[in-house]
Amino acid sequence: MVLSVDKVEFSYGKANILKDINFKVKKGDFVSILGVNGSGKSTLMKCINRILKFKEGMIFVEERDVREMKEIEIARKMGYVPQRSETGFITVFDAVLLGRKPYIKWDVSSKDIELTEEILKVMNLDEYALRYINELSGGELQKVVIARALVQQPRILLLDEPTSDLDLKNQLEVMKLIKEVSCAQNIASIVVMHDINLALRYSDKFIVLKDGQVFTSGGREVITPELIKEAYGVDVHIKNFEGVPLVIPKSQ
Amino acid sequence: MSFKDETVSGYRSYLRNKLYIGAVLVVALTVTIIFSIKVGAANLSVYEILNGLVNSQAAGASIIWNIRIPRILAAIIAGCCMGIEGCIMQNVLRNPLASPYTMGISQGAAFGAAFAIIVLGAGALNSTQADAVIVNNPYLTVFAAFLGAMIGVSIILLIARVRSVTPEAMILAGVAMSAMFTAGTMFLQYFASDTQVAATVFWTFGDVGRAVWSDVWIMFILLIPALAYFMYHAWDYNSLEIGEETAKGLGVNTDRIRLYGMLISSFTSAVTVAFLGVIGFVGLIAPHIMRRIIGTDHRFLIPTSAILGALILLVSDTVARAILAPIVLPVGIITSFLGAPLFFYIIIKMGR
Ligand SMILES: Nc1ncnc2c1ncn2[C@@H]1O[C@H](COP(=O)(O)OP(=O)(O)OP(=O)(O)O)[C@@H](O)[C@H]1O
Ligand SMILES: [Mg+2]
Repeated sequence: MVLSVDKVEFSYGKANILKDINFKVKKGDFVSILGVNGSGKSTLMKCINRILKFKEGMIFVEERDVREMKEIEIARKMGYVPQRSETGFITVFDAVLLGRKPYIKWDVSSKDIELTEEILKVMNLDEYALRYINELSGGELQKVVIARALVQQPRILLLDEPTSDLDLKNQLEVMKLIKEVSCAQNIASIVVMHDINLALRYSDKFIVLKDGQVFTSGGREVITPELIKEAYGVDVHIKNFEGVPLVIPKSQ
Repeated sequence: MSFKDETVSGYRSYLRNKLYIGAVLVVALTVTIIFSIKVGAANLSVYEILNGLVNSQAAGASIIWNIRIPRILAAIIAGCCMGIEGCIMQNVLRNPLASPYTMGISQGAAFGAAFAIIVLGAGALNSTQADAVIVNNPYLTVFAAFLGAMIGVSIILLIARVRSVTPEAMILAGVAMSAMFTAGTMFLQYFASDTQVAATVFWTFGDVGRAVWSDVWIMFILLIPALAYFMYHAWDYNSLEIGEETAKGLGVNTDRIRLYGMLISSFTSAVTVAFLGVIGFVGLIAPHIMRRIIGTDHRFLIPTSAILGALILLVSDTVARAILAPIVLPVGIITSFLGAPLFFYIIIKMGR
């Protein structure tokens, strides 16, 4: 098990947000986290990499208790892309190179530079390399941020809505890339998704949150019209199309 | 293959350009130093200066080594400190207005000095033009100013530590602290004699001419480890630049970086302000100018802000000595005079 979450509870002040969260993730898994706005998806992601300090329960990464790991050790194991990214007056190259931060002592090594260059090329970002990130479009920035998480060479990728700003082509390409990297390097990816169809296309595991609890989890088979009705309150058809289930909201 | 090299070589030449800008700054500083040694009440020729620098028996040697060099070094070192302090504070507090002045450090020092002069009787007035105020007990005043500078910011950092307040709240606390110290200083002055008031007012006019060799050494010895610490953490500051959560995700302990950054920059700032008095604006503008020229990569931003801070302060001090010679203006007046319009210019010109 690369990640196991055991009875985690979290609250902001008095408001109890996460209740009794349990799940396990294996190497190479591509897990989608689904749930309505405010169901606790982002909070869960931040608990996993200890940006938020949960009090109850335990989280193990490669059999180690995250509460006993130093920040830098956690950063070497987990790459995190927050839901909202800030821009700044730095170049795309530097922004991606920052993903090597957990390995940098005084300054970057030539290996760090090479890895950065490689990922820029893979993601078709190399033509932007010297542009400032505050001069990028929303989707371009999102790709930069994902590139940074990949260059971090983590064991677990935590991506909070990585495709929300991307066009159709980039959505498919980025999801495919994440899937390929996960398979090739045996990385577990945990991805918060709002686009259920995109999730169904690329993910093999699903965790559906409702009111801060795991409502259902499992493979594609758990995504049923009944589940969608209960988790999202929407009536849908689910049709098989070219071997992939397709969720289509019913017309009123 | 060729594509691959293009990206990296493009990036490397982008970094090289930053080094060139640094080199230009160093050259400009060197020229200013030479010019600055020449400017002064005693009119020394270039030959006399060169001779005085190497030969301690020469005619100009005493003026050069006892008056001009310590003054120039004080300006350079204090300018470096100010540039770095502003750079770090603006980064860790995520606010372009952050500087020792906005955090109440200068006002705290002024209050401490006023307390020493008025309550502890450390000061008196001596109206010669060259050095308008002589503080009877400079050590007591310097020490009190240092304490005053550290007290306010320590309280803010303590509150921030215990209640984990946001950087924005820390800035507001700094502004409140400044107001409180200013009121405290006015309160003391209200009950003080004319000469004491004059002495406190003169103290607040920052002046690098106050520095003697020992002050220069102390500031230098503090600057080096502070600079080393900040450079070691350059990548942490770069991470903070793209957001708190991202920085945490990259393994940066943002609370600790913020606390130590504030502590160290406040400490160096308290020392310089205690020795030299209040010199505004350098800490604010030097990092801003550099940020606009070379971006926010702290590997380059920290050292170049330091050099630019030194350059601004030394140019200002040279102007202060030359403009109304033989009257020597306090450099604090010049930095604000030169700084404010320069700042406007940059804002209009670059508009970012
Ligand atoms: N810093 C905070 N302080 C207090 N409450 C918060 C804070 N952040 C989030 N919440 C609350 O916690 C709950 C879960 O938030 P979270 O961000 O995890 O939702 P989410 O599932 O990611 O939603 P979305 O799909 O809109 O991103 C929400 O009700 C939200 O209002
Ligand atoms: Mg969210």
